[in-house]
Amino acid sequence: MDGHTDTPAYDGHLGETGSIVDLGLPAPGGAFDEHHPPDAALIGDCVHCGFCLPTCPTYVLWGEEMDSPRGRIYLMKEGLEGEPLSDAMVSHWDACLGCMSCVTACPSGVQYDTLIEQTRAQVERRHHRSAADRALRGLIFSIFPHPRRLRLLRGPLRGLQRTGLDRALRRTGLLERLSPQLAAMESLAPRLGRPMPLPEHIRASGERRAVVGMLTGCVQGAFFPGVNAATARVLQAEGCDVFVPPGQGCCGALSVHNGREAEAQRYARRIVDTFEAAGVERLVVNAAGCGSTMKDYARLLADDPAYADRARTLAEKVRDVAEVLDELGPVAVRHPLEVSVAYHDACHLAHAQGVRAQPRRLLAGIPGLELREIAEPELCCGSAGIYNILNPEPARELGDRKAANIVATGAELLVTANPGCLMQVASAIARSGRPMGMAHTVEVLDASIRGVPADSLREGTRPSA
Amino acid sequence: MTSTDRAGIAAVARRAAELLPDADVITDRARLRTYECDGLTHYRVTPALVVVPETATQLAAIVAACAEHGVPFVARGSGTGLSGGALPHADGVLVVTSRMRAIREVRREDQRAVVEPGVINLDVTRAATPLGYYYAPDPSSQQVCSIGGNLAENSGGAHCLKYGFTANHVLAADLVTPDGDLVTLGGAAPDSPGYDLLGAVIGSEGTLGIATSVTLRLTRLPEEVRTVLVGFESTDQAGAATSAIIAAGVLPAAIEMMDALAIEAAEAAVQCNYPAGAGAVLVIELDGAADEVAQEYDEVERLCRDHGAFEQRLATDPADRALIWKGRKSAFAAVGRISPDYIVQDGVIPRTALPEVLHAIAELSSSSGVRVANVFHAGDGNLHPLVLFDDAVEGAGAAAEEVSGAILDLCIQHGGSITGEHGVGVDKSAYMPRMYSEEDLDTMQLVRCAFDPHGISNPGKVFPTPRLCGEVPGRHKGPHPLQEAGLAEVF
Repeated sequence: MDGHTDTPAYDGHLGETGSIVDLGLPAPGGAFDEHHPPDAALIGDCVHCGFCLPTCPTYVLWGEEMDSPRGRIYLMKEGLEGEPLSDAMVSHWDACLGCMSCVTACPSGVQYDTLIEQTRAQVERRHHRSAADRALRGLIFSIFPHPRRLRLLRGPLRGLQRTGLDRALRRTGLLERLSPQLAAMESLAPRLGRPMPLPEHIRASGERRAVVGMLTGCVQGAFFPGVNAATARVLQAEGCDVFVPPGQGCCGALSVHNGREAEAQRYARRIVDTFEAAGVERLVVNAAGCGSTMKDYARLLADDPAYADRARTLAEKVRDVAEVLDELGPVAVRHPLEVSVAYHDACHLAHAQGVRAQPRRLLAGIPGLELREIAEPELCCGSAGIYNILNPEPARELGDRKAANIVATGAELLVTANPGCLMQVASAIARSGRPMGMAHTVEVLDASIRGVPADSLREGTRPSA
Repeated sequence: MTSTDRAGIAAVARRAAELLPDADVITDRARLRTYECDGLTHYRVTPALVVVPETATQLAAIVAACAEHGVPFVARGSGTGLSGGALPHADGVLVVTSRMRAIREVRREDQRAVVEPGVINLDVTRAATPLGYYYAPDPSSQQVCSIGGNLAENSGGAHCLKYGFTANHVLAADLVTPDGDLVTLGGAAPDSPGYDLLGAVIGSEGTLGIATSVTLRLTRLPEEVRTVLVGFESTDQAGAATSAIIAAGVLPAAIEMMDALAIEAAEAAVQCNYPAGAGAVLVIELDGAADEVAQEYDEVERLCRDHGAFEQRLATDPADRALIWKGRKSAFAAVGRISPDYIVQDGVIPRTALPEVLHAIAELSSSSGVRVANVFHAGDGNLHPLVLFDDAVEGAGAAAEEVSGAILDLCIQHGGSITGEHGVGVDKSAYMPRMYSEEDLDTMQLVRCAFDPHGISNPGKVFPTPRLCGEVPGRHKGPHPLQEAGLAEVF
């Protein structure tokens, strides 16, 4: 240690010299305790080059160091060195969308994803949030990770939408005044279709090429049942035996991303139990945020001797649906779809899982389909799990920016691979007044394989306003 | 901090609070500390105050308040500098331009762009490309570094071999002087009569004021670009090939060299697929009219072959070319993959001295046991040795500093310079006397005093000894020779 904590920084005109980090355990009185503080060695990987800055959504919005990955890592370093946990510090970590664009941009291989997760878990345990903030987070986490509760919400939501009361409510601005966060939550609710329960076992059409399990998810299952149904059909058509075990529950992604470590571990254990029992070669996930968390189960359950090895084994089987389909290669005949498509990279697919080429290859393989690229592809749409509910203002700004870039492509259909992005982009596109169709990658493949006309997709996942 | 300093800072903070939203006046310690270093992290100073203005008027008012209360200030753009030029002052204000990022005009008719200082270098090119133009200076950090910082450091880049430095591409600038006056230097006319004050400001490293608007020259996108990656067994061969190409009268847009260790780092970071087993690679880019490029390419290919190239790979599409450049441009940061700590050195030598200096560096490295990776703009002899060390090992940092310093001495011995493009900043001010005489430095100090009589604009940078303008410059007794001759007076 170069004496950073002992020597005041004001000492001497040219300051101190020495390496940026050379830290051991967290200094007493500092922001972190000894239970998995942000890893000093990982912080040390940051050479402060700043290449992450222009790819960070909050830096793009506000242009301030503390709201960039480099600044947030610096705050972690300060915390390890003894700087106490303050509201200011926490506000900058809270403002991070967790989009991992910086991980893609970083030439030094800094594992910011791990660092921010470690930091968030510490914050949730050690930082005292306001009563209102606690209540909102409590509400979110008592609904979202629970597929059954989400399904119960569908009834009242559909009622509101069918009667047009949702739009009336929005016009009053009442919810906005009561709580911008609740208003954000309401405005994101997609137009709901019919629920489509899947059988537990779906046999491959033709020759069996793989045996896969399928995660049905929380938001995906409750709000986008059509995506799950399409996933199962496409896998089946491509020669997969698909197992959809009941009672799989939430994967824990939302909890991990918000520092709720113990809760995330509980969910992860249940997923491990469920899919181990199903005995599958691959575990297919069609929601980017879920997939990236599940691929990282080994770390999440590393401290649990009963689960560590099993988590590692299961995590190695996890694939995004686009990866699996790309790996297998097409056998089912693709019928032409005359449609122009703008493909939006979900952050947790592109940045967190490095899956960019596969969905594009799958889409481009459909005859008649024209693929268009969206400007600023690396920039998050502002969804980021529940970020758009907790931080409606920046999320809205990012959503509008993304919507403008999407509209500028002139494409008829927006395709992406994450339910959060679909909801966020749908509400931003609705605000832009230039409605367009929206679909998940597998819905497009499904339409092509089944020979359903492109118009059905343009009608597809419509925003609720 | 003395009580006078504290009162001055408080007064500037009050003024800033009148001008800016709360979030843009940073006073709490945890936030301030995120600004304590730029890209050169081994110098760190927590500033007393950070302000993030959005307009030239706000910035000028803040600098005026600094001048009124004698508070030092330092400008910072994206904070990517490699000489500590934006290192804050403990009793001063850090003026951050990252929110001044409007591209005001991009004009095709006279090939100009007018931009604010916080605009990212690459964004100028992005804005000009649809019109068939680009902004030529391309530092390796072009995707993040700001135009204001480029102007302060007179930044170069891979393509300055053919296109020159920032100084060759700035036509005018609005400058807030250290007194807080907003002035315009240069102008629409190609050449303004009188002293070239703009020339003095470009590369002055923030010691003469802060630019608030910069008029840039745009360059026509070339009809044809060919990028070729050439593998050699040794840096000697690559160096000889470079000299042969220039001697043959071919002026490529860029000739970049990387040695084996730098290649290893780049491969680890971005999988750029450079030739396996190469002791050195050259990245050669030819641009211009298609016929001319085709002819030059044949010449270059032959010369490389004659000088021992074992593999020559021509980029076949833009993605291929981008990957070749990605390896080169990520090299500095990529070294983080093969070494916990490192120093990026920046020196210049005459191109002809390349083989000799590289051997001397290799000797330095083997005799000290300190690893050195070499990345450089071979075409114009701008070396960027990366001196690797592990700060956790006692004495390793000091040993690396020593090797790094010895490399600069080599540059000076061979008739070169202590910095090609990263600037002097705080890192190399101690080396200035090795390159310049006392009289040289005193003369520069007189220029500085003309702009900044109170010494509040980025004090402690560039010059080895901070001085106030009232002091007689230099350590010699008696008046300055220019004073004696009646040619100058002390301000």
